[in-house]
Amino acid sequence: MRKLTLALTALALGATAMTGPATAQTNEQFIPALVYRTGPYAPNGIPFANGVADYWTLLNERDGGINGVKIVFEECETGYATDKGVECYERLKGKGPTGAAYFSPLSTGITFALTDKVPGDKIPLLTMGYGRSESRNGAVFPWNFIAVGSYWTAADVAIQHIAKELGGFDKLKGKKISLVYHDSPYGKEPIAALEARAKVNGFDFKAIPVTHPGVEQKSQWLAIRQDRPDYVLLWGWGVMNSTSIKEAAAVGFPRDKVIGVWWSGAEPDVTPAGDQSTGYKALMLQHGPGKFAVHADLEKNVVSKGKAAAKEDFAQVLYNRGLINSMIGTEAIRTAMKKYGNKPMTGEQVRWGFENLNLTAARIKELGFEGMLQPLRFSCEDHQGADVARMQQWDGKAWKTISDYYKADEKILAPLVKENAAKYATEKKITARDCSKES
Amino acid sequence: MFYRETGQFKSSYAADMQIFPIRQDRIALWVVLALAFIGIPLLNAFHIWPFGSEYMLRAILIPFLILSLAAIGLNILTGYCGQLSLGSGAFMAIGAYSAYKFATGVHLPFGLFDLSIPPLPMLPSILLGALMSAVVGILFGIPSLRIKGLYLAVATLAAQFFFDWVFIRVKWFTNYNSSGSVSAPDLNFFGFVVNAPIERYLLCLVFVAIFALLAKNLVRGNIGRQWMATRDMDIAAELMGIRPLYAKLSAFAISSFIMGVAGALWAFVYLGAWEPLAFSIDRSFQILFMVIIGGLGSILGSFLGAAFILVLPILLDQVPHALGVPISVETVSLLVFIITGALICWLLIVEPRGFARLWLTGKEKLRLWPYPY
Repeated sequence: MRKLTLALTALALGATAMTGPATAQTNEQFIPALVYRTGPYAPNGIPFANGVADYWTLLNERDGGINGVKIVFEECETGYATDKGVECYERLKGKGPTGAAYFSPLSTGITFALTDKVPGDKIPLLTMGYGRSESRNGAVFPWNFIAVGSYWTAADVAIQHIAKELGGFDKLKGKKISLVYHDSPYGKEPIAALEARAKVNGFDFKAIPVTHPGVEQKSQWLAIRQDRPDYVLLWGWGVMNSTSIKEAAAVGFPRDKVIGVWWSGAEPDVTPAGDQSTGYKALMLQHGPGKFAVHADLEKNVVSKGKAAAKEDFAQVLYNRGLINSMIGTEAIRTAMKKYGNKPMTGEQVRWGFENLNLTAARIKELGFEGMLQPLRFSCEDHQGADVARMQQWDGKAWKTISDYYKADEKILAPLVKENAAKYATEKKITARDCSKES
Repeated sequence: MFYRETGQFKSSYAADMQIFPIRQDRIALWVVLALAFIGIPLLNAFHIWPFGSEYMLRAILIPFLILSLAAIGLNILTGYCGQLSLGSGAFMAIGAYSAYKFATGVHLPFGLFDLSIPPLPMLPSILLGALMSAVVGILFGIPSLRIKGLYLAVATLAAQFFFDWVFIRVKWFTNYNSSGSVSAPDLNFFGFVVNAPIERYLLCLVFVAIFALLAKNLVRGNIGRQWMATRDMDIAAELMGIRPLYAKLSAFAISSFIMGVAGALWAFVYLGAWEPLAFSIDRSFQILFMVIIGGLGSILGSFLGAAFILVLPILLDQVPHALGVPISVETVSLLVFIITGALICWLLIVEPRGFARLWLTGKEKLRLWPYPY
């Protein structure tokens, strides 16, 4: 037995030198995917990853790639852990003929770690609806694209909706609003915006942390029962969301007074809590669940050919979000190709593509995303491109859109972005770009 | 045949007492050091596979070196002094956050005693951070004078949870960052900014080489013998005149110091930006497993254990893709868990004393070769 062990150890050492360099074909655009299909956040990570992958497959199957350049992609499992995410990033960043086009880690923690690394590697970071809110400032964060909305947008829109339900902003005065949040950079992000709002509108704001992964929140909800806030905002992810809803039901807190962020507003968040989730509200990152024009294409070109990653999550909220994420990324590549030619783009060229991306209503319709996304336009100063969101409510069976688009209040958010971006710039000794001189 | 000390006569005390008394071991050590310090940078400079890629350095070698250093730290405490600790993550975190505070300037608003220290250079920051970790290590080591074994493990577990909480809640440590995530300052060593992967690798290597040498020397000297005597039977050690207070607390201090350095390197050199989750209880267990798998009471074992626990899953993760087997990442990551777990169980059944013992057995066999028994 011992001899065998020795031999095996030697063998294992030999095997260390096994994984060889991959052969790369020339006319391919490599796009990496950091996913988490295992761990406590998998219920939410899987549909998103499926949407991301299926849109790329659709482009390959229907159009033969982007302008004839085939997309190749590779997934790497991060398990939502920052150190694993960094390892995956290092593994995938140099693959393909031109390296990784862009990264979308779907984790605020990994985004924070990669924000420091991408400028050196010249790879853009597409963090749709998550990540550093101040990275909207493209002058300080040239490589980050916090597309569609930031947590500050979300916080602001949530308060606007509460004001509307109450019957005006003046009614907010003296009301109590609590935030139940995932105790990580992700959950802490909205606090700055909510505190700013609390000052303006005069409501009592209280932040209640829940430790990762969030399956234990009895004491937090007991505190809420005692404190009796008028509204509870929920900033959870993965199993934490359904646990929160169950606990809210257990202490008898009305579910229609609980408002989740767009990462707490998908099917895996409400279905585990069953009937208890009826009435629960959540923000929409513009889009909701359901089938649109692009889904018909997907059914025809991907699902019917058996190439879809999606199963029962097809057309669910997070699946649709994955589609949009890939659409914005590939459209940025397409924009870059207009300038640099129809060949695989480097990260630097894709960054230019992002910055000059202009998704008009007509283009969105052409792509089959009409009804899912409002026009979006990036610029050197603005790396968010849009700041509108809607509200949806779970009626026990499906998500129903219950509001029109709200626009986040720039008077409150713009100074926050400016101040925090400036702080980051001084800390990291970055000189902000002069956007008036950019082409 | 090749590995035999026959004919190597020692003619001085110095020769008899050196770290590696067998010539072949010395040669092997120099070869390894030469490979690490000269070979890998050369291979990297000429882009020779596998060391030519940034991935090898950034994602495998750097974390391997840093976690080896942490494992050496824990091995001193658990392997040599016999004090079971589950607080490695906390001590690493203290090293990381203190170094961060020293590097960005400390300001303690105590009213009248307003204490301000300007931002310190990188090397003093890391060492002072590690010193903080040592101080806290001594504090949490005090219970070890009264409690032993699993009970002590629970006491160190308290350190883990306490510091997890501190670094999440006390905003002072994160310089009042709104998201609670901090980002490392430039790695400026005497005017030279360490940035390229190979520079980062060499930086870690220098730290690891120095501390490994230091640890190796410590454990075979007076203090190391005190630790081992305490580990083997504390009553007997006390009767022989070893002061348990001194022996145990020195083990806690030195071990926490080394783990503090490892924590600072992990945060500054590997992650770049981090949150308290980077030093959670999982990290403590990971390092404890490294020490157990590698071999309790062995410096070499710390390296072997770190390689096994860190590198093996990463390699296994890539095998199906490299071979072109089309299975999903989900299945792969579950398979990695299963295989790694099974290997750990199997290894501990076959050789409970870890890789270090396996290494020794291998050496014994080589000595008797070609007729091993």
